[in-house]
Amino acid sequence: MANTQTDPGVIPGPTSRAFDMLGGTPLIWRMASLALFFAIWEIAGRTNFNWAFPTFLETMAALWEMLANGSMFSAYGRTLEPLVIGLVISLGIGVSAGVLMGLRRDVEWITLPVFITMQAAPMAALIPLITFVYGIGLTSKVLAVCMLAMPVIAINSYKAVRNVPPSLVDMSQSFMGSRRQQVFKIILPAASPMMFAGIRLGVAEGFSGVVLAELLITPTGIGDLITFNRSVAKFAHMYAAIFSIVAFAVIAVSLLHRVETSLFRPEKRGA
Amino acid sequence: MNMPSTLHSTERSPVATTPEAVIEVRGVHKVYAGNITALQNIDLDFNRGEMTSLLGPSGCGKTTLLKIIAGLLKPTKGDVAVNGRPVAGPGPERAFVFQDFALMPWASVLRNAAFGLELQGVGKSEREDRARHYVNEVGLSGFEDKYPHELSGGMRQRVGLARALAVDADVLLMDEPFSAVDEQTRRKFQEDLIRLREIEKKTFILVTHSIEEAVYLSDRIVLLSPRPGRLNKIVTPEIDRSGDPDLIRRNPEYLDLIDDIWSGLRAYVE
Repeated sequence: MANTQTDPGVIPGPTSRAFDMLGGTPLIWRMASLALFFAIWEIAGRTNFNWAFPTFLETMAALWEMLANGSMFSAYGRTLEPLVIGLVISLGIGVSAGVLMGLRRDVEWITLPVFITMQAAPMAALIPLITFVYGIGLTSKVLAVCMLAMPVIAINSYKAVRNVPPSLVDMSQSFMGSRRQQVFKIILPAASPMMFAGIRLGVAEGFSGVVLAELLITPTGIGDLITFNRSVAKFAHMYAAIFSIVAFAVIAVSLLHRVETSLFRPEKRGA
Repeated sequence: MNMPSTLHSTERSPVATTPEAVIEVRGVHKVYAGNITALQNIDLDFNRGEMTSLLGPSGCGKTTLLKIIAGLLKPTKGDVAVNGRPVAGPGPERAFVFQDFALMPWASVLRNAAFGLELQGVGKSEREDRARHYVNEVGLSGFEDKYPHELSGGMRQRVGLARALAVDADVLLMDEPFSAVDEQTRRKFQEDLIRLREIEKKTFILVTHSIEEAVYLSDRIVLLSPRPGRLNKIVTPEIDRSGDPDLIRRNPEYLDLIDDIWSGLRAYVE
């Protein structure tokens, strides 16, 4: 029972599956697999199998250029706005809805089907619908982030609460703990590892939501960088923009994992 | 349902001069969903200062009975009284020791041991002092700041025991406390429990499926028969536990009683 930290039942979304696999392996192997991937990329680029496919080194040079002239930073300034707003909303609503569904059958009965449907539905197909209702502004992009991030966060929070070992709940009851103490001292801490796994997956989904929105609604920020460079056939720059958003998402998700461990898991800090 | 024949069921053990019931179980029935009768018509008293084992094969409802006494389950019929007052739920005069330890993996040994007091609202320094005393008493001093995953199974259960002792309940309810612990650790733990009883003077109710464990530890053994769980018979071992705890395992009375109980239970297993 000590190792309830591993999260067996976490439900990944389409994007987050890839991020999740990167999580558990030791650093050297992750570096080695990255190096191998970049080498294959370089070789594939040099074979000229596709005139629009740049080599790894060309891409890195383009990335450096965009970093140096500041276009990358201003693009991220635009992209981060809907991403951060959307993630904050998704976290707030997703976690509280998930916890409530886990604690109360009536809330579960009403709310769970909504999130299950949202998780299963191909959200990209709904983006034109959002645009139709909310226009092409910030609201639509925030909604796109929420639609992708919230279901994963809510469903995993719900499952986390349901997976709390029943004997811990019995324990709190037998030592005369109130319902409030039971929720705050037992259920939430016991659920937090799986809840955080869900949050990490949700953040990863949020990234794909914001990119989808910027590609499908109106090109702004990083989506603009991708679309613009494609339209003027600067493919190395286009790939560099794509590469940067992937790297950014991976780093953000890993940082989140660090923060979780150092703030909430005293028993793992020393290890 | 008495068992008249065995020579072991003689008069009281010397612990309590006048047996006084701490816990009275009256006509308890428990029917689970789907009409499964877990317990049928249980009438039972538990005397102050005694160690009573509930023994029986799986499916005899011994854990169900313990959880009803703890107030974690409601009986379908009948009632339980503790110190003369009927039980409506868990109470401060009873403390539970769990089969799977039920320790919080995110909390240190000390916080786990103090958790019962924490729930009662006892101040931090006082509850930690009391918890430290019992952590020491169960033989874990020096491990206060460790986390459960750094401990062996036996040590984890000692934390569970310290937590139950720290709330200073009259009755300790132990649900197969040694079943998730390896054999060597279990023996040591049983010996320590005999010693601890002399210091703590509490009433113990122990659920077990091990005949040896029941005979080794208890003043009274309640045998339950399965499907539906009924009172089969009550055995009172007369074993002197004051000397070397190892000698008990060679005591002919101990060995005979184990055989006796086994021949009685064999029918349910075959």
